[in-house]
Amino acid sequence: MVAFASAPWPWYVAGPVIGLFVPVLLILGNRLFGVSSTLRDVCAIVFPRKIEFFHYDWKRKHLWNLLFVAGIPIGGFLAAHWAGSQNVAISEATRLALAKLGIHDFSGPAPIEVFTWSALLTVRGFVSVIVGGFLVGFGTAYAGGCTSGHAISGLADLQLPSLIAVIGFFAGGLIATHFILPLLF
Amino acid sequence: MSTTDSPHHGAFGQAKDQTWFDLLAYLFLGVAFGAVLTKSEVLSWFRIQEMFRFQSPRMYEIIASAVVVAAASVALIKRLRLKTISGEPIAIPPKKLGLGVRYAVGGTIFGLGWALTGACPGPLFALVGNGVTVMIAAIASALAGTWLYGWRRPKLPH
Repeated sequence: MVAFASAPWPWYVAGPVIGLFVPVLLILGNRLFGVSSTLRDVCAIVFPRKIEFFHYDWKRKHLWNLLFVAGIPIGGFLAAHWAGSQNVAISEATRLALAKLGIHDFSGPAPIEVFTWSALLTVRGFVSVIVGGFLVGFGTAYAGGCTSGHAISGLADLQLPSLIAVIGFFAGGLIATHFILPLLF
Repeated sequence: MSTTDSPHHGAFGQAKDQTWFDLLAYLFLGVAFGAVLTKSEVLSWFRIQEMFRFQSPRMYEIIASAVVVAAASVALIKRLRLKTISGEPIAIPPKKLGLGVRYAVGGTIFGLGWALTGACPGPLFALVGNGVTVMIAAIASALAGTWLYGWRRPKLPH
């Protein structure tokens, strides 16, 4: 049990457990599993101005989603602390490719050479965190969903718009990985 | 609300009273989701890089099995006409296709950000809990991106 708790889960445990969030949320209250809509909610709460997109009844419709998302960092903290943190066991090929890009520290979930506050002052840190974050926010709002809302919930309901979105997710990801990262790192 | 509204905001308009117990249940589920993202390593920049370089099937196996389990559950819910615990019929609002531009272009823009940050929105929040606190800046920037979209939305093709 302790070994199971501390080791990373195999894909056949991780994937199905993620998939089960869809029926659980539907049965609990007709809620559609998705994370990115909370970004809109926060804009609606904090800085709606006179923008139509940010004027809706978030309290009634989305309080659940805000609480769900508030729970995520708590769960991340608990999981990272009950289980000894270990390096992510990526393939040798990935390790070599990343080493060529100048990544030397493979500890933790993200490379500390890029994802620290002080690295924000470097080009690669700034582009990865600030530009990347901005594109995540703009893109998910434009597409009306992210990996959870489109790739999991949308595909599970066999919706064509979600399939188009997911193809876009991968097109963008491949462009950034193979053409932008080599310029940046 | 206009017709090209986000798919998350469709048919959930029906009035429903939320009790504190309901809301606590969602918080608890979020905690569980954050733990799952951590234990599955889905939140890892390294795993996302491995995925976009096609150097391990792991992320594809996780996404595919998640979709299969979710799709089978949704099919079963529809076939059995299951209701929510409060007795409401379960309905998933269809997303409007429109021109499809928003999905193709918005999806690609998100994809660029996904590979750059190494995280989609769920993992961004989970990473903060994992101690990668700089992701607070990524979330703030994502909020700015969402806000810019909301502001420019009437001018964008959907």
